[in-house]
Amino acid sequence: MSGSLRHVYGWLLLTPAAILLIAFTHYPTVATLVESLFSRGSAIRPSKFIGAANYEAMLDDPVFWEVLGNNLWFALGTIPTSVALAIAMALLVNRALPGRGFLRLAYFTPTILPMIAVANIWLFFYSPDIGLLDNILGVFGLPGHNWLGDPDTVLGAIIVMTVWKEAGFFMIFYLAALQTLPPELEEAAKLEGASRWYYFRRVVFPLLMPTTLFVLVNAVLNSFKLVDHLFVLTKGGPDNASNLLLYYIYENAFSYFDANYAATLTVVLLVLLAIMALAQFFFLDRRIHYR
Amino acid sequence: MIDTFKKTMAGIAAAACFSVALSARADTELTMYYPVAVGGPLTQVVDGIVADFMAENPDIKVNAIYAGNYNDARIKALAALNSGEPAQLSVMFSIDIYELIEQDAIVAFDDIVSTDEEKAWLDSFYPSLMENGRTADKTWGIPFQRSTIVMYYNKDAFRAAGLDPENPPATWDELVDAGKKLTSADGSKWGVMIPSTGYPYWMFGALTMQNDQVLMNNAGDTTYFDAPATVEALEFWKALGSEHKVMPEGAIEWGTLRQNFLEGQTAIMWHSTGNLTAVKDNATFDFGVAMLPASKRRGTPTGGGNFYIFKQTSEEERVAAMKLIKFMTSPEQSAAWSIKTGYMGVSPAAYETQQLQDYVKEFPYAAVARDQLEFATAELSTFQTGRVRKALDDAIQAALTGAKSPAEALGEAQATADRLLQPYR
Repeated sequence: MSGSLRHVYGWLLLTPAAILLIAFTHYPTVATLVESLFSRGSAIRPSKFIGAANYEAMLDDPVFWEVLGNNLWFALGTIPTSVALAIAMALLVNRALPGRGFLRLAYFTPTILPMIAVANIWLFFYSPDIGLLDNILGVFGLPGHNWLGDPDTVLGAIIVMTVWKEAGFFMIFYLAALQTLPPELEEAAKLEGASRWYYFRRVVFPLLMPTTLFVLVNAVLNSFKLVDHLFVLTKGGPDNASNLLLYYIYENAFSYFDANYAATLTVVLLVLLAIMALAQFFFLDRRIHYR
Repeated sequence: MIDTFKKTMAGIAAAACFSVALSARADTELTMYYPVAVGGPLTQVVDGIVADFMAENPDIKVNAIYAGNYNDARIKALAALNSGEPAQLSVMFSIDIYELIEQDAIVAFDDIVSTDEEKAWLDSFYPSLMENGRTADKTWGIPFQRSTIVMYYNKDAFRAAGLDPENPPATWDELVDAGKKLTSADGSKWGVMIPSTGYPYWMFGALTMQNDQVLMNNAGDTTYFDAPATVEALEFWKALGSEHKVMPEGAIEWGTLRQNFLEGQTAIMWHSTGNLTAVKDNATFDFGVAMLPASKRRGTPTGGGNFYIFKQTSEEERVAAMKLIKFMTSPEQSAAWSIKTGYMGVSPAAYETQQLQDYVKEFPYAAVARDQLEFATAELSTFQTGRVRKALDDAIQAALTGAKSPAEALGEAQATADRLLQPYR
């Protein structure tokens, strides 16, 4: 086979993947960037090029800053908690204990449910007075609370629900990783007289780091792209107290029909995600031990 | 086994021939998008009406496409138009009118009707249901699935509190007094709940109308969010929770309110007439339905969906679409639709049909919404309606949760609306 023909083969083999990538990833990204430089158009007033005006308007938009702040808290609230919980659950169900299969299933169940269904269930958990949460509080003689109607508690309520939904999913990855650890390590640690905590901190956790990186990337992505529950629970309210960036993009695109401002916000989201992905791969990756 | 298989195949073949025969006869094909905002089985009712229409008009074939809630229906219909897919008419939110006009997507009915009879037909509906469908001296929407807000109350709770169950509160003061008697000290039972998530601007439209103030002008380019009467209405709403303690403080969830009422957590709720059938079927206590109370006058906004005809349609398609709309809003169909769903009959003639008169006799609450129409006004609808509405929604929620004072929150909302609407004046 001649060299040039081999190139053709190579390109032909790449073509299907390349077409999909260009059509559904690269082209939309570029189109979004271009859209964000134009004004909102209608039949009466056609869209025109306005440079960075959309970005200037965004910087002046108080809702944008509030939404961005909410998203930051949402990420800080969900990521460490769900990852820690996932490790704890994985360690628990990795041991030999009666009813292990059942327990694993129980931990994994929230993951199988669609987010919309979860939100509908939790809507009734949180509902004041008649909800499960307030009923439990009532047993202890504590007063009920309007969890989703109070700007101070609404974001926390949504974070708790998201952790409940996500932790089981991450647990599966940790469980798989734990099962690949050679049992000799634990035996050796025992012989050396290492405590369980020391063994976890110095042996298990470092060996789980590749999984942790993978889970972290997923958790960060999810904290920006999971907004299904907002449609059911709060619609971003009260007064934007639970509004997240992606939901705000949706509102702009489909409630206000301002595709151009939505594109502007999307560019911000893309940049944020790109920065975080790069940071994770370049800084965290160096500190990870791959076997 | 083989026999059944053969029979099935024969059946399928026959059905295929039949449908080919049907479509061969259809001269005009219409695609209609419609939303259902209150849940599942209603799609069968709409499909049933459409099937009846096709049986009467074999030359017209209608593809009725269920498109989710109002928001989804608008997005799908506009997306279909943009991508060149056929769509001739649609049921969409009555308040989408300015957006649809701005997108140049719809055609005014005045430009389609030709005969005097058809012109008279345009005036055969309840005038207050036409308010959201008319602007710039033209009619753009024909009412179909329309509702108002009514007051549901628990008669058993009224009796227990020593109130007359046949005499529900008719003014704001009476509402507060009754609410105080109905609210229990431990907070397990509340007097009143007015939902403030989902559609806060809609509930607020009722309170402002009761205070003799509308929220916007008919041209859709000016709002009155900071008018003194508007601020007063929001102060009253907030005071129900913070001062009179007859309503929980903070935002009250639209989605779970009906459940709150059915479980006796609140003795009075303000909600859409669209809940009437569900409350009737599920209440384990004696309940009543009444008009909303008055401050300076009674008042409620209307709500729900209108028929629109799209601009990109041929002459024959417009004629066929008109035929379909006339059929679906005819007194008989409107009466049947109202009984099955709880939505209102759209014309006085619908309430004069034997069917609906019998139903009202048996279940008088079905007529409350109609009687209240006399006091009704248009639902908040302007140019840039999504953003303007959101500004008001945020202001209401900020005031109710105590983040801002009503005057401050509404002042900001008005400033936002002014900025958005300036180019349209």
